[in-house]
Amino acid sequence: MAHDSGSRSFDLKAMLRDERFWKIAFQVITLLVVLLLLSFFLGNLNRNLIQQGRAFGFSFLRNPAGFSIGESLIQYRPNDPYWRALMVGLGNTLTLVVGGIVLTTLLGVVAGVASFSKNWLLQKLSRVYVGLVQNIPLLLQLFFWYFAIFGALPNPANQIGILGLAFLNNRGVYIPWASSALLAILGIAATVGAAIAALFLWRWRTKIRIETGVGGQAQSIALAVVALAWLAIITLGMNWTVPAGVEGGGVTGGLRLSREYVASLTALVFYTSAFVAEIVRAGIQSVSKGQWEAARTLGLNAGMVMRLVVFPQALRVIIPPMNSQYMNLTKNSSLAFAIAFPEIYSIATTTYNQTGRPVEVFVVMMATYLTLCLLITVVMNQFNRSVQFKER
Amino acid sequence: MRKWGLLAAALGLTLAACGGGTTTTTNADGEAAPAGGGRLDVVKERGQLICGVDGGIPGFSFVDESGTYTGLDVDICKAVAAAVLGDAEAVEYRRLDSTERFTALSGGEVDMLSRNTTWTISRDTSVGLEFAPTTFFDGQGMLVRTDSGIAGLEDFAGKAICVETGTTTELNLTDQMRQLGVDFEPVVFQDADAAYAAYDEGRCEGMTSDKSQLVARRSTLPNPDEHTLLEVTMSKEPLGPVTTNNDSSWYDVVKWVTYGLIQAEEFGITSENIATFEATENPDIARFLGQEGTLGTDMGLPNDFMVKVITQVGNYGEVYDRNVGADSEFALERGQNALWSEGGLMYSPPFR
Repeated sequence: MAHDSGSRSFDLKAMLRDERFWKIAFQVITLLVVLLLLSFFLGNLNRNLIQQGRAFGFSFLRNPAGFSIGESLIQYRPNDPYWRALMVGLGNTLTLVVGGIVLTTLLGVVAGVASFSKNWLLQKLSRVYVGLVQNIPLLLQLFFWYFAIFGALPNPANQIGILGLAFLNNRGVYIPWASSALLAILGIAATVGAAIAALFLWRWRTKIRIETGVGGQAQSIALAVVALAWLAIITLGMNWTVPAGVEGGGVTGGLRLSREYVASLTALVFYTSAFVAEIVRAGIQSVSKGQWEAARTLGLNAGMVMRLVVFPQALRVIIPPMNSQYMNLTKNSSLAFAIAFPEIYSIATTTYNQTGRPVEVFVVMMATYLTLCLLITVVMNQFNRSVQFKER
Repeated sequence: MRKWGLLAAALGLTLAACGGGTTTTTNADGEAAPAGGGRLDVVKERGQLICGVDGGIPGFSFVDESGTYTGLDVDICKAVAAAVLGDAEAVEYRRLDSTERFTALSGGEVDMLSRNTTWTISRDTSVGLEFAPTTFFDGQGMLVRTDSGIAGLEDFAGKAICVETGTTTELNLTDQMRQLGVDFEPVVFQDADAAYAAYDEGRCEGMTSDKSQLVARRSTLPNPDEHTLLEVTMSKEPLGPVTTNNDSSWYDVVKWVTYGLIQAEEFGITSENIATFEATENPDIARFLGQEGTLGTDMGLPNDFMVKVITQVGNYGEVYDRNVGADSEFALERGQNALWSEGGLMYSPPFR
């Protein structure tokens, strides 16, 4: 009996001294605390909702919205339900995010590479741009572009025409565009398809030339055919409509990019590109000096050194932080509602105000931004894998 | 194998604790609810009223360079503070924009709203608010540039209208334009300042809001004379103070203090002549001022709460004239906001 209890207390001491026990115990405690906090907050929310006589639910999304929206990709009328209004907002957010990501990448890479330029002006310009834009809050920049830059454009009666092809006034920017949405989508699809085809043909041609030393002519011809086909589709197939000024002010035809959209896009692109430029600069600097010197020793010129040797290696460092910049851009796009761009945050704000259901609407909003950011991460991870070292 | 056993045990323990946790919090709340009482006790204990206002509309609630709040909406906050705490200055103002206001109120961040809020059925029911009596009967109007040549809503086809989000005006505008079949471009701002700035520099041909707000805001535009109000009234906009649902005692206080302001005007009691009513023979007035009966104490207030309100804030007529009426720069007619006995809509149920 005595021996028994002795061994038990011995067991307990051994357990308390065992590192493995504590490792697990701490995890259990953490889990408990998290779950307790969560249940407290959810319980609190539930009690408050009940106290105010409101049950949690999403059926209100089927009620008619009753407000109008300035611009929309899909057809929308004020008596459409709230969920459709939110879809309109999502569409507008997507146009901002997709446009933003493409332009940010271009501008950011150019600004990042320019900071290594031998051209004094270009190099300083890049440094000043990054230093200035990075240190001013985005919201201020949005107001700056909206009120100071695009607000300074003339009213429709005195609008600025550019070669009779595009117009600028304080309502927005008018550019030539395909005559129907379907044609526009086909045009974009053709452009993307042609770009992918060209990329593969180019790689194939390079591979053949590396392996055999000659040839690749057939691929060159195919490349030219792709380019010609794309050019033909774009110039002849799109049925372009060109905006035309109207007597007394205003514009008909073409595509109107509202001032809200253009200002939001510009502010987001300029802001995010400054961060991208720094990432690109850091990436390029991470490539060892020996690589530059080796490339120059091979007789490559400055552009080729960057394009063929340094930049592909820099990409390994550049891609992961780029992911977070793209996500920042996505999340920051919600600030565009301050300058009246009807993106999803703006529509959601109106929705919860008219329905008095902030909790449900915020859940929808958070789910939307989370989904968008996760999608970006998935794509970027895929891309990241393709540029990492291939172990042979 | 042992590892998994431990994990399962941990999970079971957690679930049990979680279940226990939920019941405990409910119990805690069950005890806390009666002790916490209503908003009225919270305000008394705090010794200060937290009032949600706009802060950017001259005449209604406007904060000047020295941080002082003035306006009709502000005076309602002051009246409630005077009634509950005996001091009209015991108010902390929170500036709220149109999208924040209801969440701030239902979240308990502010005790009441006095922020140009239109009384509608959906706000009263589905948003879960209680509307105290209307302190300003308004209607939605449209501000345009005098030289724009716009004479009515029909002229807005293809034109842009600036509007503030989360307001009834946003919905009314849509309804009116749908009815007229006019295709316009709404430019919806979250912030009133940004909306008026955009209108002023020509982004929109029209700016729509409550007429009183448009008049007040016009005075802050660089060239007020270049803008006119169209001769249209798009909606009824009864504006008044707001509290949350399911707190009757607090709602009663806000409601009857507001009525008290109107009733005081009807009795002819002003902040200047109130001393002459100290020994009144009129039983109605004696009850109203707490010399007889228990009207105040029944509500959880000092019995002479209306005396404090009238001495420190004045009656409704004084509040109106001082902020938006004859004695102010806006000089708005009383119109619908006159007493019922003078052809207006201001009417208080009897204090008895």
